[in-house]
Amino acid sequence: MRFMVITKATTESEASIPPATEVFDTMGAFIQELMDAGVLLAAEGLHPSSRGARIVIDGDRKTVVDGPFAETKELIGGFFLVETKSLEECVEWFKRYPLRPPAGEPSNIEIRPVIGPEDFSETMTDEQRQAVAERDKSSRFT
Amino acid sequence: MATDIHRTIDAVWRMEAPRLVAGLTRLVRDVGVAEELAQDALVAALEQWPSDGVPNNPGAWLMTTAKRRAVDHIRRAETYRRKIEEVGRELPESVPDIGTTVAEDDGIGDDLLRLVFVACHPVLSTEARTALTLRLLGGLTTGEIARAFLVPESTVAQRIVRAKKTLAAARVPFEVPRGDELADRLASVLEVVYLIFNEGYSATSGDDWMRPALCEDALRLGRVLARLVPREPEAHGLIALMEIQASRTGARTGPDGEPILLADQNRARWDRLLIRRGLAALEHAEALAGGRPGPYVLQAAIAACHARAGRFADTDWQLMARLYERLATVAPSPVVELNRAVALSRAYGPAAGLELVDQLLAVPALRDYHLLPSVRGDLLARLDRHAEARAEFTRAASLTRNERERGLLLARAELSRESRPADPPRDRSRPG
Repeated sequence: MRFMVITKATTESEASIPPATEVFDTMGAFIQELMDAGVLLAAEGLHPSSRGARIVIDGDRKTVVDGPFAETKELIGGFFLVETKSLEECVEWFKRYPLRPPAGEPSNIEIRPVIGPEDFSETMTDEQRQAVAERDKSSRFT
Repeated sequence: MATDIHRTIDAVWRMEAPRLVAGLTRLVRDVGVAEELAQDALVAALEQWPSDGVPNNPGAWLMTTAKRRAVDHIRRAETYRRKIEEVGRELPESVPDIGTTVAEDDGIGDDLLRLVFVACHPVLSTEARTALTLRLLGGLTTGEIARAFLVPESTVAQRIVRAKKTLAAARVPFEVPRGDELADRLASVLEVVYLIFNEGYSATSGDDWMRPALCEDALRLGRVLARLVPREPEAHGLIALMEIQASRTGARTGPDGEPILLADQNRARWDRLLIRRGLAALEHAEALAGGRPGPYVLQAAIAACHARAGRFADTDWQLMARLYERLATVAPSPVVELNRAVALSRAYGPAAGLELVDQLLAVPALRDYHLLPSVRGDLLARLDRHAEARAEFTRAASLTRNERERGLLLARAELSRESRPADPPRDRSRPG
């Protein structure tokens, strides 16, 4: 099962305060462990929201809003894509996540299963499946 | 809550069992005994963790508990009296804190690699190697292995018990083979991992969703292995091959479970992340191989030809034909020749492919191989020799053991009866 593990921004990450030197070691060791166990597919950290933008969609109207964005605790700080046997295994791995948020700033790590092809087939009606099959046929690249 | 903690313990067990068994095998020099000790530690965890909570470092807890039992075990065994001192020195007095665990971990990678080589030892049958590898290194239960291979659980349990006995009787040493032996032994390990992958990848019968799980198990084992032998190009070649093949999983089965051939797959459904990982692993493997790629690196390079092509028509068939030619020199087999014939037919026309296929008709190993008439039928159809094509597809259908494939081949035979000259030039000969 594939999971996206989302780490949240902190006041420090939003202020572009770089992690302490030793953090590179602990984080490196953690990532190494995930790789050694064959569970890590991808991992990225994100720049502060001040360097990003949002496209706000309201009906047909799209407005571009530049960062930063206020709700720090809900902002994404980075993500991992991992493949584990179960949600529980993913949870166990990320209980070992070594970074601590700044004092007095409780944070969370959010774990979300990635939708796979098998997830569609269960909720789809036969008609919808047929439609997908037809669409796939017509989009053949020949 | 009780079930929650059990699921947590189950997850921790999966994560820690391979390292645990590896470390214990180094102490007791017997995989079977090591696994029993590890199981004892699991039982202790199941007794204590629900009331005490999961320890901060569950891996270290399990290892310490198991090592205590290892010492008991060794004390009981008179013949191992000498070893008491050896183990006694290594035994920590209490549950180690993170610091000492890190120091202890130094040898874990080596132990894991030793365990890989023991589980895939040539003294064992292929079935035994596969079952033992999934059990000891993949952390799968006997029941899960049985379901994955569609055999009764008792069969798998027996295989594992017998395999452990065989290893003990043969006094298989707990070590990484050296020198000339390494290449052969590594090939045996890679073969087991790829076999597990293929069991998951090429099956379209049975419990559909258990099979992709088997592919994931093989991928995970392959990734672990590539980290354990980082200088071995073939280990990276194998992981590249599996990642690229697995990228097609979502596209190669239709809504009713029927196989969709490579030519007909919706490439938008290919998993870009796995392709990217596969191509990166291939690049790494090719650099390590230094112009002398082995069979897995070459097969990965062939798979990459498909992965790089946005459309079937964009496939670099000439490169693929050359890669098959090289593969035929490092790992000659009639099946490789058959695939080379397909690539040749795409690169230089059906006649070029048919010439090679006709040379294979006399090869005994291919006599009952359904893909030979299937490929030949395809080439004949593309040459507008429809009556012959139909006979070949019918023969292919009679040879395959896979119901889905049989249906596909019979449909092609029927299509040839209509003898439409404008048959689209697609590779319908083999599933993607």
